[in-house]
Amino acid sequence: MKEEIIIAGFGGQGVLSMGKILAYSGVMQNMEVSWMPSYGPEMRGGTANVTVVLSDHRISSPILHTFDTAIILNQQSLDKFEPKVKPGGVLLYDSNGITRHPERDDINIYRIDATEEAARMKSTKTMNMIVLGGYLKIKPIVEMENVLKGLKKSLPERHHHLLPMNEKAIQRGKEIVLEVSLVT
Amino acid sequence: MEAVINEIKKPENLVYGKTKVLTDNVMHYCPGCSHGVVHKVLSEIIEEMDIQDQTIGVAPVGCSVLIYNYIDIDWQEAAHGRAPALATAMKRLRPDRYIFTYQGDGDLAAIGTAETIHACNRGENIVIIFINNGIYGMTGGQMAPTTIEGMKSSTCPFGREPVHDGNPLKMTELLAQLPGTAYVTRQSVHTAGAVRKTKKAIRKAFEKQKENKGTSVVEVVSTCNSGWKMTPVEANKWMEENMFPFYPLGDIKDV
Amino acid sequence: MSELRLMKGNEAIAEAAIRCGADGYFGYPITPQSEVMETLMALKPWETTGMVVLQAESEVASINMLYGGAGCGKRVMTSSSSPGISLMQEGLSYMAGAELPCLVVNVVRGGPGLGTIQPAQSDYFQAVKGGGHGDYKLIVLAPSSVQEMADFVELAFDLAFKYRNPAMILSDGMIGQMMEKVELKPQKKRWTNEDIDEMHPWATTGKKKDRERNIITSVELDSEKHEEANKRIQAKYKELQEKEVRYEAIDTDDAEYLLMAYGSSARISLAAKEILRAKGLKVGLLRPITLFPFPVKQLQNLTGQLKGILSVEMSSGQMVEDIRLAVEGKVRVEHFGRYGGVVHSPEEVANALEQKLTGGK
Repeated sequence: MKEEIIIAGFGGQGVLSMGKILAYSGVMQNMEVSWMPSYGPEMRGGTANVTVVLSDHRISSPILHTFDTAIILNQQSLDKFEPKVKPGGVLLYDSNGITRHPERDDINIYRIDATEEAARMKSTKTMNMIVLGGYLKIKPIVEMENVLKGLKKSLPERHHHLLPMNEKAIQRGKEIVLEVSLVT
Repeated sequence: MEAVINEIKKPENLVYGKTKVLTDNVMHYCPGCSHGVVHKVLSEIIEEMDIQDQTIGVAPVGCSVLIYNYIDIDWQEAAHGRAPALATAMKRLRPDRYIFTYQGDGDLAAIGTAETIHACNRGENIVIIFINNGIYGMTGGQMAPTTIEGMKSSTCPFGREPVHDGNPLKMTELLAQLPGTAYVTRQSVHTAGAVRKTKKAIRKAFEKQKENKGTSVVEVVSTCNSGWKMTPVEANKWMEENMFPFYPLGDIKDV
Repeated sequence: MSELRLMKGNEAIAEAAIRCGADGYFGYPITPQSEVMETLMALKPWETTGMVVLQAESEVASINMLYGGAGCGKRVMTSSSSPGISLMQEGLSYMAGAELPCLVVNVVRGGPGLGTIQPAQSDYFQAVKGGGHGDYKLIVLAPSSVQEMADFVELAFDLAFKYRNPAMILSDGMIGQMMEKVELKPQKKRWTNEDIDEMHPWATTGKKKDRERNIITSVELDSEKHEEANKRIQAKYKELQEKEVRYEAIDTDDAEYLLMAYGSSARISLAAKEILRAKGLKVGLLRPITLFPFPVKQLQNLTGQLKGILSVEMSSGQMVEDIRLAVEGKVRVEHFGRYGGVVHSPEEVANALEQKLTGGK
């Protein structure tokens, strides 16, 4: 098993931390993982993205040009990464602020209205966990038990009281993710 | 023979005894140079405080680069100007040791300005001995940051002219402004009385380090008669008449 | 207890430094390695192991703090990125001359000048050929994973003290910024001052009555004596070349073509090797772990079976010169690299090998 993922959006949307939690879940499941962020001026409020690889074997390149899955949280990232999803791969996106929706017919497209849902749950900061939940519904490559362990490891101890809220958000994401178009 | 010598050296005979901390190596300094006197004073203090096994010196680049041949303690020889950076780490890693730097004006006030100011500003618990003779001695008498206005050197052969050459730097007054310095003083070694005052000042600086007070800076306004192209006696006189008005002696700060 | 963690290469350097019993870190912030000092400051090792951590006023001061600390026999380190490492060259030359051990981590970014903050391998020459003035070399280790970032901290200290010479971990922005699984070693004790007196009799620790004074210096004004001092240093480099070469060889047994790459480029070249093997080409990967000493003999042992070597670097071609020196014209050696902060893709590397060595078949 090898899963190559790009997660992309605005800085502040929790892109890097979603990737870290996913990667840590992989560590807890005894997988090989890599987490490679875009860094630098991009971090300061512009676009942010992170490449996460989960694998049963030694990972060669942590920087990739095509992906099994793209998790997309803004329009710029959709424009940039939609063409880089491997045929038959997965594109999961939050429709908030999206004016041009994904168009490819050779990939599996899913939508999750996570920003809206997070606002409804009155915890906008858990938006990224709702998206993660959506992803895990589509590709349950890590067991929920290990996701929760990864979550705990990723959060500093002073934030551990937020664990139940994050778990709830992941569960909610699993419920609300929608298939848009599927190829087989 | 030794019995005879000890007989002669009886205290009532007032015979001068060289401190054992000073080695028997023949100094390479020019006749009339102030370095030898400061070395002697420093060695005497180390002996009197009984800290020869607890003191580590940092040597500079300049005429006193070979100071480790003359004072019998452990030494590190720094790159030009970097002595306060070495001393910072040495003291932080060995707080049980006395750490001091011995630096000239080019070393401390030109190439090492940043290291000097930041070590003093952090209040590193070290002693800085600053020999200011207003010239680069080792390289053959070029202009120093402390060369006073009108003073001649091989790179300002017609005298330092501030519009062209920039102004002389009063580094010691500058360092006294910093919150990290505990004791800042300016002394000289051109008379017996001045030597005694310098010894008192350096001793005080080491005592400050013992009490963890912060950085102590002892400037010694000095002569470089070969660089100045004067006899030792003329150099002392020239220093009194020209250097002291610009670099006045005395304590600047004592916290 | 050893511990499994997900962390950045830069964070791993900091954790490993504390755990291996380092005595001091002195540094100045620069992207992409600031997490090293940030992690140390957050962990406050001065309250646990007694390790000193200090933000210096410059890289010039940092490296000279290392000089002072190393002169006292302490295990001291700094980290920086390319422009900062350039500022340290004076101090490194002095430390090599004074035969002082230390660890310098270079998380390389693209140059020249202020350049970019993105990863590059364009400081290879500076790292392996000395970098500052005078005849000297650094011991250079090139990690290609976060685990190696952690492991090489202690290894670098051990080699630096064994040979009394500065050691460098030559990493880059990719390895520094990426997170991977790391097994952290259990906490080791720092050396006591008594340990240092016993193990490193050369250190300036305060002159005991029963020994001569210790002098840490690189100056020797008598040329004959200074030549002797240089010979002593050169003998160490010869011994390093004989005893301390480290490398990884993957699929080299039957290889007709060889990819040579270190650090990040080795990760990408590993993926390229897989692409080429899938096409039926007999390609191996030789990854130098020590860049100085370079695996000269290990490479020479392969020359008989090889049709070509491709040096893959995030530079315009630096290590390729050492490869050519090693194979002495017996094998065709080409270079492929993206640079200025661009990281090559496995596909580009695979294409380059086919184009340059197999005639594009």
